[in-house]
Amino acid sequence: MPDSPFEYAPAPESRDIANLKPAYRPFINGEFADGGGEPLKSVNPATEEVLAEVSTASKSDVDTAVKAARRAYEKTWGRMPGAERAKYIFRLARLIQERARELAVLESLDNGKPIKESRDSDIPTAAAHFFYHAGWADKLDYAGYGPDPRPLGVAGQVIPWNFPLLMLAWKIAPALATGNTVVLKPAETTPLTALVFAEICQQAELPPGVVNILPGAGDIGAELVGHPDVNKIAFTGSTEVGKLIQRTVAGTPKKLTLELGGKAANVVFDDAPLDQAVEGIVNGIFFNQGHVCCAGSRLLVQESIVDEVLAKLRYRVSTLRIGDPLDKNTDIGAINSREQLTKIQELVDSGDTEGARRWTSPCPVPERGFFFAPTVFSDVQQSMRIAREEIFGPVLSVLTFRTPEEAVTKANNTPYGLSAGIWTEKGSRILWMANRLRAGVVWANTFNRFDPAAPFGGYQESGFGREGGRTGLEAYLDV
Amino acid sequence: MSDRLSVTKTYKLYVGGKFPRSESGRSYPVSDAKGKFLANAAHASRKDVRDAVVAARKAFGGWSGATAYNRGQVLFRVAEVLEGRREQFVSEVSACEGVPVEKAESLVDTAIDRWVWYAGWTDKIATVLGAANPVAGPYFSFTVPEPTGVVGVLAPQRSSLLGLVSVLAPVLATGCTAVVVSSAERPLPAITLSEVLATSDVPGGVANILTGHAAELGPWLASHGDVNALDPTGAAEADRAELAKAAAGTVKRVLSVPAEEPDWTERPDIKRLRRYLEAKTVWHPLGV
Repeated sequence: MPDSPFEYAPAPESRDIANLKPAYRPFINGEFADGGGEPLKSVNPATEEVLAEVSTASKSDVDTAVKAARRAYEKTWGRMPGAERAKYIFRLARLIQERARELAVLESLDNGKPIKESRDSDIPTAAAHFFYHAGWADKLDYAGYGPDPRPLGVAGQVIPWNFPLLMLAWKIAPALATGNTVVLKPAETTPLTALVFAEICQQAELPPGVVNILPGAGDIGAELVGHPDVNKIAFTGSTEVGKLIQRTVAGTPKKLTLELGGKAANVVFDDAPLDQAVEGIVNGIFFNQGHVCCAGSRLLVQESIVDEVLAKLRYRVSTLRIGDPLDKNTDIGAINSREQLTKIQELVDSGDTEGARRWTSPCPVPERGFFFAPTVFSDVQQSMRIAREEIFGPVLSVLTFRTPEEAVTKANNTPYGLSAGIWTEKGSRILWMANRLRAGVVWANTFNRFDPAAPFGGYQESGFGREGGRTGLEAYLDV
Repeated sequence: MSDRLSVTKTYKLYVGGKFPRSESGRSYPVSDAKGKFLANAAHASRKDVRDAVVAARKAFGGWSGATAYNRGQVLFRVAEVLEGRREQFVSEVSACEGVPVEKAESLVDTAIDRWVWYAGWTDKIATVLGAANPVAGPYFSFTVPEPTGVVGVLAPQRSSLLGLVSVLAPVLATGCTAVVVSSAERPLPAITLSEVLATSDVPGGVANILTGHAAELGPWLASHGDVNALDPTGAAEADRAELAKAAAGTVKRVLSVPAEEPDWTERPDIKRLRRYLEAKTVWHPLGV
């Protein structure tokens, strides 16, 4: 940490706001009920304390939930006028806003992300997704898919642990707006906010069965994906699991969308405004501890400025504060699980072994909990694992290029294609690069921006289908 | 009755703008609907599929990077050349499909019109599917559709020309490049279409047409690491699940197709165009 005359006083958010309960239960057909699966303990990754016991779904619970969703689809939700559906979804949006602080604190406790991110980014954006899609519910005739696009039926949705409530919103809001009912499985390590969302569904008086939430592990996700009465599968998670799901769904009439991994290139040209670019690089890879599928994990810097960029970057990264996620001054929170921490360590070790130059922030790291200090690898070659594999942690790999063509070639040298960044003052170069980068989202002179009105999704092995915008509606319509 | 002996032909593949024999050296006899010998067609192999994918990948940058206007011009030129070969197509469709000449004429005309329809989409699809995104913040955010890459196409088995055109033209209109396996038993219109493509302005490798068997070649296309999307229309229904499973290995986009070969004379929509397009969202900050 650079010498500073100013020391931060701790500014912890009260954990009482989370209304944490000792036990949480699955939400099926409008009711909370004990699941037939093995209960799991949700752990605070910052302290390793058990937050709550969560009753999980069994395979028969999956069937019960799908049946409930089917009934709700046929009896109420699927035939309800869009204008009425819209009002329910607006209610959900409002209730998320009203309970935003509670959800933010709970999210930070359960996931380990800094409160400033859950408070200022995750929860408001989740509410925004419901607002945005609520407005579509009675305007689907104008979505460009013909005069009367139909819903698909029951949507089975499996979401990851990196943005638990936000990913729920990305999945549930468009599904409901288009007239589908939902069975959603949150991630094993982060089920709590999804179950509070279930309370919100009750508060909103959503008809029973329209939304069902089933905590559980991968086997419950697999059961849901394989259930014969599910019409649509939406999955966000690893490419490896995405391929398994695509295989499972192959040969069935189920519609599938996948949002998978990434290894985004963040390309910095020598004319870029460097201080601004450094902020973008930091945001690109250290936001949410790097647990972001579209994280800018490969920094491509024009060779002539690499030393300058690295110096600025190291200085800036060394000012990042790692620690208590509930502290409002914390920039980097906890790694979500021990398993993930081990995976990050293993990949970082491979970087050392393969000869990359490693720099780790000298910031103090808490002794308890799952933490990983921000790390920057330079002298990275394209063949190295840290340049090819998704690390999903606060680890940046820095490569160099000389010409714009070389930047494009290196940026596209990956089976992924989720996102990319461009930093240059030259507008014509931005558009030239944006055309050539094989990625679903291209951020120019910014990074990691999300909005429900802007479609998000990948090329190649980063999956198919989009979420958000008019394009995203297609995933839930029979068109 | 003339004494002249007609020249029977052994047709070849169409790969990378050239007409090679199958690497395997194989060919197979093609008969008309009544079983009368028409010609020998090349019997494409796994290696031919791989060569065709290499050619299609090589051509992708140029074709996808061409202006939409230019692609439209090129595709319209194909329609012009198709029209010039109308009589040949009519006789081949009539022979292959066993339909009367009047019916074959109608099918060929529809195929030409279909090609024109898709040619006109090249410079409109971005307007129809793209968007300016009204995001909550000082950013200009827009979404444009882009071609997904190399598409493997198993052409319909029954409709030898209209079906083929209906599955190939949308691939090319999006800016993707194609590796097509033609109808096995009715390949002559596909071979003649290759000659049309070669003599219009379509760059070599943009469309590659293999005569052979979908059951043999389909799995190689479905599992190929450098193929981005798959149209299984011409595969036997029983084989489609396996093809879709193989496609999952590289997260290919797999077109959802009806169990039975559809009536290609029906008016198409833009589903096929949509499936071969990715949506790219670009963000830029606003400020002074």
